[in-house]
Amino acid sequence: MTSALDITRAVNPPRAVFLNFPLGHQTGRPHQPELQRQIVRAAMRAFETIESPGTIVELPYVWDANDRRWEETDYTEGFLPERPAKEDADTAEAARRTRFADAK
Amino acid sequence: MAVAYIPRTRELYKAYTPYRWVVNTDAPPWTPLEKPIARCRVALMSSGGILYRDQPRFHREDATYHMIPKNATQADLSVWHFGYRTEDAASDHNCVFPLARMRELEAEGVIGGLADPAYSFMGGIYSSRKVRDELAPRIVDELRRAHADAFYLVPA
Repeated sequence: MTSALDITRAVNPPRAVFLNFPLGHQTGRPHQPELQRQIVRAAMRAFETIESPGTIVELPYVWDANDRRWEETDYTEGFLPERPAKEDADTAEAARRTRFADAK
Repeated sequence: MAVAYIPRTRELYKAYTPYRWVVNTDAPPWTPLEKPIARCRVALMSSGGILYRDQPRFHREDATYHMIPKNATQADLSVWHFGYRTEDAASDHNCVFPLARMRELEAEGVIGGLADPAYSFMGGIYSSRKVRDELAPRIVDELRRAHADAFYLVPA
């Protein structure tokens, strides 16, 4: 699966399926199971239909037919959130692990 | 129009040593699918930094992976990754780790089976050598042990 066509062309894997969605949504929008199912099903179909090594199947789905601005801003300056301070990240990590350890 | 991520990444990380992108000009290795996908056991892996319950988070240049039980639910999973906006994946892991969708395709018979466990690592590993020589061979061993017929890798 890929949403970065130029990177995948460079790597040249044996089989790939391209979805033109913002990074972080390679198998669809959140909480849209039917869309996700169609995308994943298309990827499974590609295992059978791709016969030539290096083929990239392009899926027809569009992120937002009325707004393509994400294509201008995705992965540009200011796109990634600031990394949390180490202490904050460590606190969150400890809380997460404690929560699940307690639930065992 | 597909976004050109190589120049964007170069620009976003211009303060750092330029990344040497993997460029493979040889024909890719090819393993034919020997039976219909409806009879194949498919293994799922995401590079989206998915964590199961109290598994430790990934760290910089981490070439290890986690095993995610195939029956894991949304409540069991969290996301740890520096390289993409993780809000949507955190609220629905199926954006980058379509475990629930793969279970449905298994139940419907679209695929022969979903291998257990699924796998997760944190992409954005700077050293492609580390991925090629450490991570990839370990995953290949896992897939052999799991008798997987096909491998579905989803990046983030």
